[in-house]
Amino acid sequence: MQPVYMDHGATTPVHPEVVEAMVKAMQANFGNPSSVHAFGRAAKALLEEARVSVAALMGASPEQIIFTSGGTEADNIAIFGAARGMRQKGKGNHIITSAVEHHAVLDACKALEKEGFEVTVLPVDEHGQVHVEELEKALRDDTILVTIMHANNEVGTIQPIKELARLTKARGAVFHTDAVQSFGKIPVDVNDLGVDLLSASAHKIYGPKGVGCLYVARGVKLTPIGYGGSQEKRRRPGTENLPGIVGFGKAAAIAAVEIEEEGTRLRRYRDRLIEGLTALPHVKLNGHPTNRLPQNVNVSFQFIEGESLLLMLDMKRIAASSGSACTSGSLDPSHVLLAMGLSHEIAHGSLRLTLGRGNTEEEIDYILNTLPEIVERLRAMSPLYEGKEVVMSCTQRR
Amino acid sequence: MYTEKVMDHFANPRNVGEIEKASGVGEVGNASCGDIMRISIQVEDNIIKDIKFKTFGCGAAIATSSICTELVKGKSIDEALALTNQAVADALGGLPPAKMHCSNLAAEALHEAIADYKAKQEG
Repeated sequence: MQPVYMDHGATTPVHPEVVEAMVKAMQANFGNPSSVHAFGRAAKALLEEARVSVAALMGASPEQIIFTSGGTEADNIAIFGAARGMRQKGKGNHIITSAVEHHAVLDACKALEKEGFEVTVLPVDEHGQVHVEELEKALRDDTILVTIMHANNEVGTIQPIKELARLTKARGAVFHTDAVQSFGKIPVDVNDLGVDLLSASAHKIYGPKGVGCLYVARGVKLTPIGYGGSQEKRRRPGTENLPGIVGFGKAAAIAAVEIEEEGTRLRRYRDRLIEGLTALPHVKLNGHPTNRLPQNVNVSFQFIEGESLLLMLDMKRIAASSGSACTSGSLDPSHVLLAMGLSHEIAHGSLRLTLGRGNTEEEIDYILNTLPEIVERLRAMSPLYEGKEVVMSCTQRR
Repeated sequence: MYTEKVMDHFANPRNVGEIEKASGVGEVGNASCGDIMRISIQVEDNIIKDIKFKTFGCGAAIATSSICTELVKGKSIDEALALTNQAVADALGGLPPAKMHCSNLAAEALHEAIADYKAKQEG
């Protein structure tokens, strides 16, 4: 058995056709897209071709796409740019986000608080879902920006963006969504969702790392966060990462063709994993039971700690991730799981398996056969597990 | 990120379990911070004849528990009391800095077990 890669939520292997397109762009099209000569024009043509492809996958027009260095930069440009832009227009200084956002959003909001903006963080329910009523309660006359992710990176829960965006825009505020985990995995249509700003990233869809984009609806004022060039309509100055952008364009084109079939396949694998893992004793599914990304499985194994689980899985050549404190270098477990109401003890024992293009049925079987033994071994070592053996054997007999 | 020795003790932990009718038991940490270690010792003639551990924690936590039990098995109480967290980490060839704070509780658990043993002796 080859090593099993189940961490596509962290990053995906680059598609061979993407590599091919990128190599070609580096070798044959090294020109600067801003140059007026033939080399520059050829590079510019490739850049615009990629823009068309990325825009098409989200139902946008090419001129509404700004290429960035990744999802984090896209989130930063959106949040700082929209907040400062709206304040300049005298619209207010209140921002709303949710407790389960990526740190690219949460940390940007915290930084804005230091600039005098006021931030409200919406709670989530036990499935990690933001409720429309909570946003309704939080919206104020001086609210200028609402930023809520499309799908959660840890637990895969998909948020009701359409309703949240409608409510926000009815109050005259700008709506941004971080769609880094959902773009290319489930249908993302900016017009259907009704968002003003949307962040996406290439390396989550079999493209290269270090490239992303921000969709900006017409009429949305963004104050730039960087200066020094006229690229990307001055909203993201700096010479474009042409090979990366070409790779992003290719990855988006491939995703557009495969999204439906791949989604169906991964949903089947995901559901098999969830069914098999939650049949084990003292295992809890994290995230929404149905309204979740097709590739995301997140479970908590009570009485054991996530990093130990990951290391043992790695010894069995299975690559996964965890919301455990120890894997992030912080002492606290995942802020997402805590926001969902999980205790520290249970949040420490979480495991995220994120599926992707290369995974097979055989690999699902391998994980389902391998994990129980590891879990049993770690629990046997755990002082928290005492007295639970009887419960376990009863559950196993069922 | 972990040395080979850490990985060896994580993958093949020594002295896992609990001593029935132990001379002393020490438990440190809490589940909310991420690590709990429980060490039980059997003391005869002031010597740690047997020692077992149970740990809820990361790879470093399990490895430090394991090597700690190896380092003091057969040693006198005084020798065991002289064991420091740093000595445990050194015996593993070092630990990542982030792991020193939360994971290297093994010596503390051992010291608690010895304190429990002494209290029982006095009581």
